Amino acid sequence: MKPAAFEYVRPDNLQGALAALRDHPDGKVLAGGQSLIPLMNFRLSRPQALVDISHLTELTGISVVDGAVEVGALVRHQQLHEHEEVRRLLPVLSEAAGEVGHWAIRNRGTLGGSLTHADPAAELPAAAVALRATVVLANADGQREVPAESFFLGFLTTDIQPDEILVAVRFPVPPADVRYGFAEFARRPGDFALAGAFVEMGGDASGSITWFGVSGGPERRELDFPDDAQARKAAFAELAAEFDTGEDAVYRRKLAVTVAEQAYQKAREGRR
Amino acid sequence: METTKAREVVQITLQVNGEAHTVEVEPRMLLADVIRHKLGLTGTHVGCEQGVCGACTVLVDGEPQRSCLMFAVQAQGHDITTIEGVTPESGLSPLQAAFQKHHGLQCGFCTPAMILTSEALLRKHPNPDEAQVREALSGNLCRCTGYQFIVDSVLDAAAQASKKEGQ
Ligand SMILES: Cc1cc2nc3c(=O)[nH]c(=O)nc-3n(C[C@H](O)[C@H](O)[C@H](O)COP(=O)(O)OP(=O)(O)OC[C@H]3O[C@@H](n4cnc5c(N)ncnc54)[C@H](O)[C@@H]3O)c2cc1C
Ligand code: FES
Ligand code: FES
Repeated sequence: MKPAAFEYVRPDNLQGALAALRDHPDGKVLAGGQSLIPLMNFRLSRPQALVDISHLTELTGISVVDGAVEVGALVRHQQLHEHEEVRRLLPVLSEAAGEVGHWAIRNRGTLGGSLTHADPAAELPAAAVALRATVVLANADGQREVPAESFFLGFLTTDIQPDEILVAVRFPVPPADVRYGFAEFARRPGDFALAGAFVEMGGDASGSITWFGVSGGPERRELDFPDDAQARKAAFAELAAEFDTGEDAVYRRKLAVTVAEQAYQKAREGRR
Repeated sequence: METTKAREVVQITLQVNGEAHTVEVEPRMLLADVIRHKLGLTGTHVGCEQGVCGACTVLVDGEPQRSCLMFAVQAQGHDITTIEGVTPESGLSPLQAAFQKHHGLQCGFCTPAMILTSEALLRKHPNPDEAQVREALSGNLCRCTGYQFIVDSVLDAAAQASKKEGQ
């Protein structure tokens, strides 16, 4: 099928985009289009107007400011994956970005789009929660900041308001003794993961796991990682038992334990 | 700020295969459809319209992207390359020749996008290993070949090119 007709707005800058969004209450932001256009092609989404921000270069920067890596909303997944500073300071984020879809999708899909779309199986929303990122939102009146953990409200739902644009995500650089590991399971490379996990581990083996794909959104849980493999598995299973997995609950919970263990092993190997 | 009303037709100029084409489109027209129906470049194939099959992949400023997940109005100011743009006047490109030699195609539906994605890969990594080829092409579905011959084709094209370079 083909998209239904819509009014197309191409602003010159962010201010123009925010003004246009306020003037078009039924409008939607168009970033990379890798989630929105498939929905429009099948007419599952029929926005009255699209405010195209994909060309706004002011949202494409990556910079290190005050101990945090600030990533513009329009940074493409492939850029995030390949960026030298991101690889050095947040290797787990670079790794996760490289697992989003396929090369051609990553060349166009954006960080802001992934977080706003909030697919429960998406890597980057979970990465933002795991890395304690802050989401920066703007509307025509100003900006506000929301911790990633409270930005995601459930299946395809976030705290963003209709007149807001996600402009940047700020990832604090983790302290030197904190290490991260990431693992996911998908049936084919590039498919959405059936389950995935980020493990964060401090020097004293305390830390957290952030799962994705196992329920309506990122699930972050704090714990002390037991040294003993059996005890660890039991601890992961106890946490996974709480998830509202929908279909295939037994299988999904098993997968959640498996990916958590894989991510744990990678964190132990000393990735940040 | 430019605004185009729903159903309004606008004139846009697209740079495709090094040539400027001026066409009239509605904003809702996908780049894939404009390439096929307005420019008559039918080597770009449309399979799923949801980004999964990869058949519509074209190069945008040299990078593979889905032409079914982009509106033609968004392609203004970018260099688009389709399979026609990497095909010599006569004969075959090195990658095309390698696909022919290794039976890297049967029905040919997936082939233009396989070739374009491989072109972009070899420009980025002139000597890829098998894993890199498989990763780069993982977003392109082929219902005929079973992929092994496609991978063989790309690896051979890379090997031939580096042999030439060494001479
Ligand atoms: C075949 C295929 C496989 C994929 N596999 C994966 C995968 O494995 N993992 C994964 O995580 N994703 C996957 N994706 C989705 C991909 O990551 C998208 O890039 C991402 O979900 C959306 O980003 P986008 O920039 O394309 O957003 P768009 O499609 O442009 O927008 C998505 C939504 O977010 C809104 N929006 C976008 N940007 C902003 C902003 N800055 N401020 C406010 N609202 C905004 C839009 O209005 C829309 O509602 C896949 C997509 C395809 C087609
Ligand atoms: S038609 Fe574009 S990916 Fe299938
Ligand atoms: S050759 Fe037929 S789909 Fe690939």
